[in-house]
Amino acid sequence: MSLAIATGATTQRNWLEKLGPGHIILGTALVLYPLVASDFFLTQIGGYSLIFGMLGLSLMLLAGYGGMVSLAQITVAGIAAYAIAILGNANSNILGLGWPWWLAVIAAVFAAALASALIGWISVRTEGIYTIMITLAIATATYYFAQQNYAIFNGHSGYAGIRAPAFWGIGWRDAKPFYYLCLGLAALTYAAVLYGSRSTFGMTLQAIRDNPRRMRALGYHVTAHKVFAWLLSGVIAGLAGVLLVWFNGRVSPGTIGVDAAIDVLIIAVIGGLRHPIGPFLGALVVVLMQTFAIDIVGAERFNTLIGMVFLVIVFVSPDGILGLWGRIKPHLAQESLRPGP
Amino acid sequence: MTESLAANRLQSTGAYALELDGVARHFGALVALSGITMRIAAGERRAVLGSNGAGKTTLFNAVTGDFMPTAGRIRFFGEDITDLPPHERIRRGLRRTYQISQLFKGLSVLDSIFLACRGVSRSRFSLLRPSPSDVNMAQAESILNAVHLETYRDMLVATLSHGQQRQLEIALALAGAPRFILFDEPAAGLSPTERRDLVAILNALPKHIGYIIIEHDLDVALRVSEYVSMMHNGRLFKEGTPQEIEADPEVQEIYLGGKHG
Repeated sequence: MSLAIATGATTQRNWLEKLGPGHIILGTALVLYPLVASDFFLTQIGGYSLIFGMLGLSLMLLAGYGGMVSLAQITVAGIAAYAIAILGNANSNILGLGWPWWLAVIAAVFAAALASALIGWISVRTEGIYTIMITLAIATATYYFAQQNYAIFNGHSGYAGIRAPAFWGIGWRDAKPFYYLCLGLAALTYAAVLYGSRSTFGMTLQAIRDNPRRMRALGYHVTAHKVFAWLLSGVIAGLAGVLLVWFNGRVSPGTIGVDAAIDVLIIAVIGGLRHPIGPFLGALVVVLMQTFAIDIVGAERFNTLIGMVFLVIVFVSPDGILGLWGRIKPHLAQESLRPGP
Repeated sequence: MTESLAANRLQSTGAYALELDGVARHFGALVALSGITMRIAAGERRAVLGSNGAGKTTLFNAVTGDFMPTAGRIRFFGEDITDLPPHERIRRGLRRTYQISQLFKGLSVLDSIFLACRGVSRSRFSLLRPSPSDVNMAQAESILNAVHLETYRDMLVATLSHGQQRQLEIALALAGAPRFILFDEPAAGLSPTERRDLVAILNALPKHIGYIIIEHDLDVALRVSEYVSMMHNGRLFKEGTPQEIEADPEVQEIYLGGKHG
């Protein structure tokens, strides 16, 4: 009995050691945040940052570890969002198959992952700027298709009246539950990417980014690994898409426009692509800017202010906020490259 | 002359690691390789010498499958591999290093070697982290020692010196039970000390591992090979022991610029 307790305590200590003080402090602060934050700060800042952080994370996985910069992440999230509207309940009277929420979520994330793998399969034959161009083309084409198609996408108006589910006696669109839902999924995807970065697949992906020719010569199927990275990225973007449509209660072509596609890239670049925490930092900065810039410089100039902050961050530190932090704590920016436990 | 030397070699050795029969490679009108016939016994260590543009690296590319030969057949331990893709040749135990290091700058030294070991195993694809007792990790550790890089185990490849990167290049080729290795100018850009280390590493390789080494530095090439093939303009024009090659007046005239001292 005492042996069991001792072993249990050791396991717990090892687990905390592995987590590291940074993660413990940040995690505790995020869990306690609702005690001090108003509903507005919980959802419009907290929830929204976590959702866009997840979108940025899906891009970080591709760009940071795989060297593939995609502008189609919002498109993948949009596919999940539209799938929730179409398969579940919306008040647009076009489609709305009335599936139970959990089945709609599984199908939506599955659809997003498949769409992402397809986009990946098309774009992995390109590199660098050509990958950006081809994913931009796919994002733009999807936007216009959604706008002009009424049978499935309900054209310009899209779908409205989509409600987050209520179960276990909790309405998940209420401020606190929704924040914790976003936090839970963000933490889960963050942990998965962090763990995965040191998995055999993660190391393989990073090695392919550095030298695909040598990886081929070592016996690896380069294309298959890249497409699988797109599939995983699609799962994360799909989950973000589900949260986004529950948050907004609606989805329309505007959700998946080029502006939004570029926002995701800006979030990832501002935050930094070398560690999965980067996109969440970037998302917080961008969401704060988008929310409060208008109060500082007025409605006409707030985009200028956002643009200038972006320029300053990229100019001062090409690796984004993480790069700045990395100069103070070099190990943080290199977390994925540290030897495993 | 070449044929008779090859025939002598044939009789004394028996099993062949690598057999090339009339291998040719053309790039449009350019003949990079022509009628290369070569037999290398299992465990034999062969140097291929020749001036720049003689076709040495093209010969390697043909053997590894990076380029398909225009004509001729290639057999590896008796099996015809002429039409096999590169990764199938790797799985049969054929390895190569590159003239310009082809490494993973963002990975650690140990992780790079680990991936090289994993590449030829059946569990190439895994979403799990390798456990400390992972068999490929243990192999990677032992290769790390064999190429004298144990001090740099956890360093990023990008931070290694040129010489250390050349050692890592060799380490990647040693991963996963190689039977035959093609070394493409492993001593390029190395300091005299690093060259001595390289010679020690090559001479300490297990006896069953044969290799071909392309090397411009004759001091290195002749100290790590048992037999030498000379190439010129895409053809083999002379073969012999290191002593014969070193003493050959024609070789001295063409490649060493007169008497070699």
